Amino acid sequence: MWQVMRNFAMFGALTLGFAVSGALAQGNSSAVNPDDPDASPVWQQLRNSLFQQRPIKAGDKVELLLDAPSRAEDAAIVPIAISTRFEQTPERHVRKLWLVIDNNPSPVGAVFTFTPSSGKADIETRVRVDAYTHVRAIAELNTGELLMSTRFVKASGGCSAPPGKDPAAAMATLGKMRFRVDGEVRANQPVLAQLMISHPNNSGLVMDQLTRHYTPAHFVRKIEVSYAGKPILTAEVDFSISENPNFRFYFVPTGEGELKAEVVDTNELRFDTAVKVQPAG
Amino acid sequence: MIALSRRVVRRARFVLDTLISLTVLCFSLSVTAKDAEALTVTEVAPGVFVHQGQHAAWAEDQHHDVANLGFVVGQRCVAVIDTGGSPAVGRALRASVAAHTPLPVCYVINTHVHPDHVLGNSAFIPPAGGSSTRPAFVGHSKLTAALTARGPAYLTALERDLGVARSADLIVYPDETVESRVELDLGGRVLELRAWPTAHTDNDLSVLDVESGTFFAGDLVFMTHLPVIDGRLLGWLGVMDQLVVQPIQRLVPGHGTVTHDVAAALAPQWHYLTALRDGVRAALTKGQTIGQTVDGLPAPHHQGWLLVDEFHRRNVTAAFAELEWED
Repeated sequence: MWQVMRNFAMFGALTLGFAVSGALAQGNSSAVNPDDPDASPVWQQLRNSLFQQRPIKAGDKVELLLDAPSRAEDAAIVPIAISTRFEQTPERHVRKLWLVIDNNPSPVGAVFTFTPSSGKADIETRVRVDAYTHVRAIAELNTGELLMSTRFVKASGGCSAPPGKDPAAAMATLGKMRFRVDGEVRANQPVLAQLMISHPNNSGLVMDQLTRHYTPAHFVRKIEVSYAGKPILTAEVDFSISENPNFRFYFVPTGEGELKAEVVDTNELRFDTAVKVQPAG
Repeated sequence: MIALSRRVVRRARFVLDTLISLTVLCFSLSVTAKDAEALTVTEVAPGVFVHQGQHAAWAEDQHHDVANLGFVVGQRCVAVIDTGGSPAVGRALRASVAAHTPLPVCYVINTHVHPDHVLGNSAFIPPAGGSSTRPAFVGHSKLTAALTARGPAYLTALERDLGVARSADLIVYPDETVESRVELDLGGRVLELRAWPTAHTDNDLSVLDVESGTFFAGDLVFMTHLPVIDGRLLGWLGVMDQLVVQPIQRLVPGHGTVTHDVAAALAPQWHYLTALRDGVRAALTKGQTIGQTVDGLPAPHHQGWLLVDEFHRRNVTAAFAELEWED
């Protein structure tokens, strides 16, 4: 009992603070209205905690767009793409982006923090979806404005899904990382990069039937990306991100430099990787 | 009170006892008959029986008999190979065994963890206090971990689709596991069990009946039903390379018809999996996202496969997540 309680306490502290009880999430599934994102009680609760009474401009596909499949092929690997469609200028740019999955055990799946060196506040990743739910991207601008884009995703069991197709192989490559930089790299232009992290991202919610203990949570919790020593992107994440966390993002190289990623997981294991980038022109 | 002679009383009691026994017998027979109509099986070789499952997605629209099952009869006892997608299918299989032989079931072998192959297991555990002995459940050395991880989801699906009350007893773990190769003797009849590296799942086990050369491939081989990747695509292709050189007279796939022509059985699956591998590699080289690849790779319609819409896009997702790590 103590073991279980200890796991839950640790789990509570390590998630981004908004773990919703299973009962509440279950109840909400029946109350979910695909056509009315505001009707979600989980969202209302979260909205008050995160944004109090600040106005949120929702449903505007011009400035902020969240793309997600309406029906997921695999609930444990649901591709998500967030794009901000206005030019990021010093006067008006996205500072922070929240990725919220209402009916997941831990609804705030990720919080991304951008800098002027990000170039574009666009992010692509893959998430686990535990029940039919609204998925939301909320952008906070430097001006204090809040924008939101929402999609309804039909998928279930992503978080309780078994921890991967080949757990033994996954543990063998734990922490291995890879960077990929696509397209022509030109100075002072946003360049698309991809970071891949080999990690089981265990939720801690799978109970071992034989021992009646919960398989411990073990997931990536923070990623810091920098270029030539300057921060580009910080991501605070939890197990709503799929196994082998994978992110596509932009950065603006000003000259030759090293693109570096530093990752910390819930066991305080640290991994890093870097790739040299040489912009043309 | 009418005085009855002892002889009359004895006779009346005899008749009454017989009547009661017959009633009880009829009742129990009718319960058994209603409870477990025997699954139809074909004797593909002397003493080797196979039931072919339907081609349908498990736990959708109450389909649970969706995988191939079988049993092999030795001189001493019987080995059952996979038990179906629900306790009811398991009971029907057990009835089928009983209809073909009085010998006890000494082994229940699971070819891998998937629900359509293991959820009939509990039907083979005899009630406590009865006279039958419990068979030994046998599986790949990684089957226990796989059942542990997936069991809860299976029970949820079983309850949602068939109304079967959730119970941990429905997940039956192997008593004996196979790391590499194991032989089981059913009494003058040897079965060769072989554990494979990650292919369809990370716990694939095949069973060869040496006497007849019948090879139960489990889901290492799919025919007609589109193959489903739940392990490693590249690993599966590697295992298929080894299957072609096995001494197989008769192949029992996990889904589809029993066949003598192993090469012909493997060809469509080989074609599908290699096309998937090559298509995903090309997409990765082009820097496509997982979503673009899933939308862009054509589905194998009109190639003789069933359940393409149910499983292809999911296979692309799985292949992408695997191959993006290739050097």
